[in-house]
Amino acid sequence: MTMPAPDITEINRPYWDALEQGRLMFQRCQCGNAWLPARRECPRCLSDKVRWEQAGGRGTLVSWVVYHIAYNDAFKDRLPYNVAVVELDEGPRLITNMVDAHEALACDAPVRLVIERDGGVALARFALA
Amino acid sequence: MTSMRERYVIAGIGHTAYGKLGRDTISLNVEACRNALADAGIPKSVVDAVFVKVPTSAHQFMYGQKVAEALGIMPRMGGAWDQGGAANITLMTMAISAIEAGQCDVALICYADNPRSGNRAVYARPRGDDAAYGWLSTAAGYAMIQRRHMHEYGTTAEALGAVAIASRKHGAGNPHAQLRKPLDMAQYLASPLLVDPLRRDDCALVSDGGAAIVVMRDRRARELGVREAVPVLGFGHGQTSWDVQLRPTLTRTEAARAAQTAFSMAGVKPSGVDVAQLYDCFTITVLMTLEDYGFCRKGESGAFVADGAIEIGGTLPINTSGGLLSETGMPGMQLIMEGVRQMRGTARLQVPGAKVCLVSNQGGTMHTHATLLLGS
Repeated sequence: MTMPAPDITEINRPYWDALEQGRLMFQRCQCGNAWLPARRECPRCLSDKVRWEQAGGRGTLVSWVVYHIAYNDAFKDRLPYNVAVVELDEGPRLITNMVDAHEALACDAPVRLVIERDGGVALARFALA
Repeated sequence: MTSMRERYVIAGIGHTAYGKLGRDTISLNVEACRNALADAGIPKSVVDAVFVKVPTSAHQFMYGQKVAEALGIMPRMGGAWDQGGAANITLMTMAISAIEAGQCDVALICYADNPRSGNRAVYARPRGDDAAYGWLSTAAGYAMIQRRHMHEYGTTAEALGAVAIASRKHGAGNPHAQLRKPLDMAQYLASPLLVDPLRRDDCALVSDGGAAIVVMRDRRARELGVREAVPVLGFGHGQTSWDVQLRPTLTRTEAARAAQTAFSMAGVKPSGVDVAQLYDCFTITVLMTLEDYGFCRKGESGAFVADGAIEIGGTLPINTSGGLLSETGMPGMQLIMEGVRQMRGTARLQVPGAKVCLVSNQGGTMHTHATLLLGS
């Protein structure tokens, strides 16, 4: 069973290309607002003058869940696996996986970026810092 | 200040069986509307608006017009609306606003879906590009919120269990309920984890079924000889919009704004509510709704629901026909219908002397919210 692949578009291609090269990027508007995932317009000021910026790779674990059932067959052999929300120090939040043992996870714990290739795609995962 | 010139009522309610039915959603909508019209005691010829919530699992183009055609009605206004589970109260609000503005006179609001016998892929869907991380399903979004609530406020599994136990207790004796099996705390705690911290018994049922209500001016209901019209005291709406991983806080939503608008319109405070039908798609939703509505302070819902307080005979009985956890997983209309029964004094688990019933609807992963206050 193949892993679900990201739908790469003109808008998000810089994000996925950068991960392949070992960098996590996010978007920032001229108004200062920063976010993920990629979009054409800033949701704060609606400007389309947005640029890419590299994340420092540090953040905080906001919350996480542990799947005990697979909603997609590709994840059957990975149970139990976690999905987490991390807030980068620069502000944007993103969906990710924590590479640590589930028992070690705690909300608000500091985390650091660990880019891993999985299913032919470079993914932005995190580890407890 | 929210006000209307006219007084409005829910004149009739109707529903189909719930469970695994294997029927198309148009047919379920027609049966529900037929039953609602019969309950109101009015002919379909007086209906001139048909507002339909889209079936969650089976979207169709021009669905509102297909339902109106199957009903043999050429309404002045009608269509289908997609806003998740808050859509029922929203459509009722839109119907009342349209009547107030002279655009229609008598409105049917209906919903039907068949995910149990049909396709339930919608509930397991990838959440955007993040499927590569395994971020799948509706349940996982609520689990993410629940974990954060447990962290910030020390909310316990027992607090979540109290919600499941109340809905299951109330649905157990409901002959229409899909799951008529009461639950105790030991059974709840032994319920398997699906997406930790979410247990199976925290999750709404998946159900086929349809439901409908009829809305009109109080004056019109009297002209038409409606026997058991229930006054609409107030309603309100609020939308959080941001997907779970992007919203700045996971533990409070725009439910607070929805409730504030509804309470102010009705001139009622939380302390004036006798019985509530709270959207229990997942148990965490009920706890956060109690907090956002002001029944208790933020983070104190666990203490509020302890000791049977939300069960029949408690200080605020909720989901007296079983809610989404026991009666049917239908997104919200069953709660409005049970609110109507409580205000008529005809509920199976009637709260004695109840004069005000509160109903909450919400959709997505707490993206949308709507509040309704009914009087007797």
